[in-house]
Order: sequence, then structure tokens, then C-alpha cells
Amino acid sequence: MHALIQGIILGVLTAGVYALMASGQTLIFGIMKVVNLAQGAMVILGAYLSYQLFTSFGIDPLLAIPITTVAMFILGVAVQLLFLRPLKAEDRSELSLLVTFAVALLLEGIMSVTWKTSVRSINTGYANSSWTVFGYQITLVRLWAFLLSIAALLVLYLLLNRTRFGRAIRATVQNPESARLLGVESSRVSALGFGLGAATAAAAGSVYGLLYPFNSGSHYDLISRLLSIVLLGGLGSIGGAVVGALIVSTSSAVVASAISPSWSEMTFFVILLLVLLIRPQGLFGTTARGAI
Amino acid sequence: MSSRRYAGPLRGVVFFALLASLPSFNLAHWVLNILVFTLMYAVMSSSWNLVGGFAGYPSLGHAAFFGIGAYAMALWFQHHAIHSGYEPFLLLPLVGLLAAAIGLPVAVIAMRTRSDVFAIVTITLLFVTQTLAFNLRGLTNGAQGLSIAAPPFSAGTFERPFYYTLIVLLALAMGITFGVMRSKLGLSLAAVRADEDKARGIGVRVLGVKLLSFSVSVGLTAMVGGIWAYYEGFIYPQFAVDPLVTIAIVLMTFLGGRATLWGPVLGAFILETGQQTLAYSLGGSQFYLIAYAMVFLLVMLLMPRGIVPSIQDRLRQRRRRIEVDAGAPRPSSPRMTRSSDTRSSVPALKGHG
Repeated sequence: MHALIQGIILGVLTAGVYALMASGQTLIFGIMKVVNLAQGAMVILGAYLSYQLFTSFGIDPLLAIPITTVAMFILGVAVQLLFLRPLKAEDRSELSLLVTFAVALLLEGIMSVTWKTSVRSINTGYANSSWTVFGYQITLVRLWAFLLSIAALLVLYLLLNRTRFGRAIRATVQNPESARLLGVESSRVSALGFGLGAATAAAAGSVYGLLYPFNSGSHYDLISRLLSIVLLGGLGSIGGAVVGALIVSTSSAVVASAISPSWSEMTFFVILLLVLLIRPQGLFGTTARGAI
Repeated sequence: MSSRRYAGPLRGVVFFALLASLPSFNLAHWVLNILVFTLMYAVMSSSWNLVGGFAGYPSLGHAAFFGIGAYAMALWFQHHAIHSGYEPFLLLPLVGLLAAAIGLPVAVIAMRTRSDVFAIVTITLLFVTQTLAFNLRGLTNGAQGLSIAAPPFSAGTFERPFYYTLIVLLALAMGITFGVMRSKLGLSLAAVRADEDKARGIGVRVLGVKLLSFSVSVGLTAMVGGIWAYYEGFIYPQFAVDPLVTIAIVLMTFLGGRATLWGPVLGAFILETGQQTLAYSLGGSQFYLIAYAMVFLLVMLLMPRGIVPSIQDRLRQRRRRIEVDAGAPRPSSPRMTRSSDTRSSVPALKGHG
């Protein structure tokens, strides 16, 4: 029982960072119907940037987030303009899968040339401190990561619901044709939306770097987990991404602590298949139009 | 007309005769080694083409089935001895069936909706399989890998049995593709690719044809995995279940041309030979990944339809131009009369009104 509750606590705290990564990915899908396989690589790039800022200038990953998000926002816009916009509309959804996979490989190659392939981690002064509450251990760094992710998600929520740009994005997700008729410039929204997705990846990367050691190949571990979260919640739904992240990461943590760590990597796949069997569109996805 | 009908099969016979005669030229071992790998990829991209090209469901998980084939082969020969050296080749059909049996339930769930969902589920399957290959140490021996007894072939002609088996598999994969293109199954798959809802509406057994093409495709891929395991003699999880294998297969098919007979084979011969030479010269450094990704991006952006369809278009245009130049008066005259007929009928109708 103790192990179970400890697993749930760990899972919920970890869910925050996954929710942040997945919300960027689901946002990109919602706007452009593009499954971004480079999201994991962009997260790792964000982690490296924040690692570099910490080791070279001593900037805490928390304070580095504004810098890394701006840098990755620009990178995201560039990727959209260079590689995704030229694709022809009729086979964009199929080709974009492969193009983003190629972008992931390109980023992996660049990262392994720049930072080599040895495993890096961001060791802040508070990395190893923890509290014990009612006999359950809560590490400070995980709590910190959780709060940071929630804060970033809140910023994303406000951006989408309180600004003109956010309204344009939501309109594009819900009905691209009508949005265009009402004067939303869809190509601009697509570019900026991809940038926004990359920016959430950067924020998540800073948090990820605090939590886990990583190297350039780590994005492979992220891809499948992120995609499962996004599918589970329903493609294009940010609320769904948050719920999906909670389900995936608590179930993995519970299986790891209660049964065996070997099977925990398998858990989310089984859950994903079960959900798709019952609801092919995911928990909060709609078949007709996007949902934000 | 008849010469064009026989051109296809003739091309196939010449190609396979050429391939089969290559080892008798006393090629160096490293050349044969490259050829063996090229054939492996030619078979795999041809079979990927069945589901990714013809049905329009891009599977990103084929490397998982490659790995399943490799592990199935390695595990079987943990408990069975190899005497003549040819037993593993006889086991291949079973390996293919096993992979199809594993893939089918996943495909039933993943192919019900859209191709995005299918791509996501298959790539997730790939990483889950890789993790299982690492974690199920009791079965797969984890990161330490598994070994298969070395085949008792003489060193001088070591590659030949593998090479000829792969030629047979390639002939099988291309034969299936050829058959699909000439049959109702091919039409059904084209309908699924173009508009699945309409295809279902006019009575195409949508799920059936998708599942059939998927199982044949992953079965063939697993058979290549089995051959690979036996050829290498030693398998590790990170190489048996490698996302780069998926990427290579997909890239080759796209480079050569999706939903064509020769496209995937051509793509494999261009890319795998190029890649192997690149790997020799760059020594597998990190720049290799960057170069690979750049080639991929360039192909997608500049030639998304692939080499074979582009050439076919060019040829068709030229043939039409020659036909028009040669027989200008004859084909144009009936068209002229027909058009004059319709033109004359319009005023007639007006007159009646």
C-alpha cells in the first residue's frame, strides 16, 4: 500500500512535465493536423540549452526558461517555414510525419556533434534535498518541476484564452475554413503555432533537465510516451493531454513500484490500445472538429 | 502493343538473372556484404510499400517486426542445433507467420481510424518492443544480446546462401506487389488510399484489405530480420529494434516512388550502397546522422513523389508527343467530327426551344 501511494505521488508530480510537452504537441496537431515527431528532440534541445546556460553562466533552469523558450520559438517558426510550409496540401499529413521525423534526426545529429553523446544532468544545489510527509518521500526537485510545469501550462492557457492571437489559434483549430473567412491568416497562425509548440517544448526541456539525466538519444524515450499521451487524450485537445499525462505517468509509476520496473514501459501502450479499442478518437478527442 | 506488355516481366527476368549471376564474378567480400544488406533493405522497402505505399497507411513500426524476426530466429536456435546450416532458412516462413500473428491485433485497433493514429501506434509499438528486448532479460538476455551458432559455410562462399535466400525473398515481395497491382486487391487498396469512407460506401472490404496488406508486409519484414540475425550471428536490442531501420525503409520507398513496383528496390539500391560507402568513409561519426537527415529532408521537399513516378510521367509525355507528331491527321480527324457534331446539336436544341 505504501509503495502504491508513493507511486501515485511520484506519478502525479512527473505528470506535470509530460503534460507540458504533450500540450505543445497536441496544439501543433490541432492547428496544422501535423503529428510532430520532433517534439521529443525539441524538448531535449531545450534541456541542453538550459544545461549550457547553467554550466556556463550559472543561470538556474527556472530563470533560463524565458531565454530558452524565446530561442526555441524562433527555431520552431523556422522549421515550419522551411520544411512544413512547402509541402503540398494533398499529402501534407502523411509527408509531415516523415519530415518531422527527419527534423528529429537532424536535431539529434546536431546535438550529438555539439554536446557529444555522454549523459548530462543539471545538478542544482537543491537537487538532492527532499521532505518526508507522513512517511512518503517528496523530493524538492520534483515538486519544483511540478509547480514550474503547472505555471507554464497556466501561461499557455492564458495565452490561448485571453489574447487575440490565442483566439485566432482556437478558431483555426475548431474550423480552419470559417477562421479563414473571418480574416484569420492561417499560414501565419500555423508558423506562430508551431513556434508556440516549440516554446512549450523548451520550457518542458528545462524542467526535464532538472529531473532526469539525458543525452542526444533521449528523445527516442520521449517520442512514444508523448505520442501515447496525446492520442490517449485525443489529438488536438490540451485538456486531454493533461489528463493523458496524469494517466500515463501515474500508471507507469504504480506498475513500476507495485509490480516491476520492466513492465512499466509497457503499461502505457496497453492502456493506449484499450482506450483506442473503446474510443478510437481518444478520451477527449472529437472526430468532427478540433477541441481546445 | 505486345512488346510493351512483355517489357515488365522481361525487365524482371533480366534484373534477377543479373543479381543471381553477380556472386560468380568473384566479387570481394565487402562488396558482397554491401549487396546482402542492400537486398535486405530492398525486400523490406518493397514490403513496406504494400501497406505504406498502396494502402496509404505509413507504418513507422516495421523495425519492431524486423526485431521480432531476429529474436524469434535467435531464440529458436538457443534450443535447436544447426547441422547443415540451412535449417534457419527453412524456419523463415514460420518467423513470418509469427510476426503477422503479433502484428494483427495491434493493426486491428490502430487501422480503425486515421492514418495518423496508425503511424503513432506503430511507432509506439517500435519503442515498446525495443524496451521489452532490453528488459525481458530472462528471454532476450537484455543488453548482453543473444548469439546464434555460426553457420558451417566455407569462408570463401560464406555470403552466398544468405544472398540467394534474399533474392528469393525479393522475388517473392516483388511478385506479390506485381500481383497486387494487377488485381482487384490493388484497386481496393488504391480506393482506401484515395478516400476510405467512399471506398467503404461502394462495398470495398476496407478493414480486410488493410489487414491483409499489413500482415503480408510485416511477415516479409520479420523474415528479413531472421536472416539478418543468422548472418550477423549476434544480436543486440539497440540494433535489432532500431528506429533508423524504419527510417531507412520509408526513405527508400519515398525516394524510389511509393506504390510502384520498382521504386522501393531502386531506392534501396541507391541509398543502402550510398549509406554503406558513407559509413566506411565517415567511419560512423555523428555527422553521418546529419547527412542522412538532410538527404531525407531534401527528398521530401524536392521530390515527394519519388524517382520512378517522375520518370514515368516524363516518358508518358514524350510518348504522347511522339504519337501526336507521327499520326497527327488520323487521331485528330474523328475528334474533329465528334466535336463538330456536338456543336451542331446545340443550335438544334436551341431551335426546338
